[in-house]
Amino acid sequence: MARTALPRRLNWQFAKVVDVIEETPRCTSLLLEPPAWPGHRAGQHVDVRLTAEDGYQAQRSYSIASGPEDTDLLLTIERLDDGEVSPYLVDELRPGDELELRGPIGGYFVWERSSGGPLLLIAGGSGVVPFRAMLRHHVTSGSDSPVRLLYSARSLDQVLYRQELEALASDDRIAVRTALTRTWPEDWQGHRGRISPELLREVSWPPDEHPLIYICGPTGFVEAMAGQLVDAGHSPGRIRTERFGPS
Amino acid sequence: MSRVSRGFAGRRQPVADASRVPPGQYVTGDFPVLSAGPTPHTPLEEWSFAIGGAIEQPVSRQWQEFRALLSETITVDIHSVTKWSKLDTSWKDMSVDTLLEGVGGDPQYVTAWCDGGYTTNLALEDVTNGQAWVAYEFAGGPARLLIPHLYFWKSAKWVRGLRLTAGQPGFWETYGYHNHGDPWLEQRYQGD
Repeated sequence: MARTALPRRLNWQFAKVVDVIEETPRCTSLLLEPPAWPGHRAGQHVDVRLTAEDGYQAQRSYSIASGPEDTDLLLTIERLDDGEVSPYLVDELRPGDELELRGPIGGYFVWERSSGGPLLLIAGGSGVVPFRAMLRHHVTSGSDSPVRLLYSARSLDQVLYRQELEALASDDRIAVRTALTRTWPEDWQGHRGRISPELLREVSWPPDEHPLIYICGPTGFVEAMAGQLVDAGHSPGRIRTERFGPS
Repeated sequence: MSRVSRGFAGRRQPVADASRVPPGQYVTGDFPVLSAGPTPHTPLEEWSFAIGGAIEQPVSRQWQEFRALLSETITVDIHSVTKWSKLDTSWKDMSVDTLLEGVGGDPQYVTAWCDGGYTTNLALEDVTNGQAWVAYEFAGGPARLLIPHLYFWKSAKWVRGLRLTAGQPGFWETYGYHNHGDPWLEQRYQGD
């Protein structure tokens, strides 16, 4: 894997908040206009920095939800009730504000058209955010790799990008399967309960087709999914993971 | 020259801890993890720890032999590039100084390599003189590096050996992370 260009400093910049979009009761998207965005690849993230009146600062990382070809930068933030930064971003920030950030960061949990497939994306909760970027890039770049998204959410009202994912799934190359783990509507056609080894086997391509697999979600979820895939015979070298703790 | 974030008050660290927390970090009680792939599971009977590369006396120790080395228990603060810091973590470990004893040669750099293909690069001066350890007896072992004065990605999990080299970037270092990774200088990414 080649080194990407020469070291360049990732400068902090103030992005204009263009829109604040309530996605679900827990998650809000921020549409941002950074003044000097160098472009990003699907799966990368940004660092966000907040500054209080007395100069105190707090930083956190957030995955980029927009595709590389999208005009503005979209971040989707899950509000963690005991968090320091996410409640501010979700509750306080409004259009016209500025948000300090730098990026893009990360180069491993990245999918590009040239990465190929077949592509299996497995998301737990807000772990679906970088996959939105990958799916949008998949469509815009005209990739012919088949892609399947397996998405685990607590309940239907917690499903991020629901309409967009439904629309994406109308593409022959894209399939979306959603598992609701806690509650589901009576007429729910998707999976009920946690992702089981059986569901994983059903949704995945067999190991001898060497799917490229990305898993993103809470640590326990990622550990469980990656472990089951390795047990099922998938090569660890084809499985890329991104985990987030309660930060 | 940062501008104030309208309406942001923040949640400061207790004063007792503040001097122990590098810039841009926050203290957590949890132990979040960061790894790029599935957790490897190497059986102990197949496990060994190897010192190799540009040295005169390469050495490979089986698990029992490795464990028989002089070990100690230390308590250190650790700092992740993903912004969390954890204070007063205790580890059972052995010093890298002990592991490198008598290997000879004049190496300047070290690449730590791990089960799962992960690598990270270090200057020899960052892993000698009581600054670095190989820790064991923790969840997710058998062994990991422990280099608390650098960001925690340098404390490679599932470490299997040290290769003394002329210096080449490791895994995260090829993906834009800083070559050295000093949290007190906030060396998170290339160019920092």
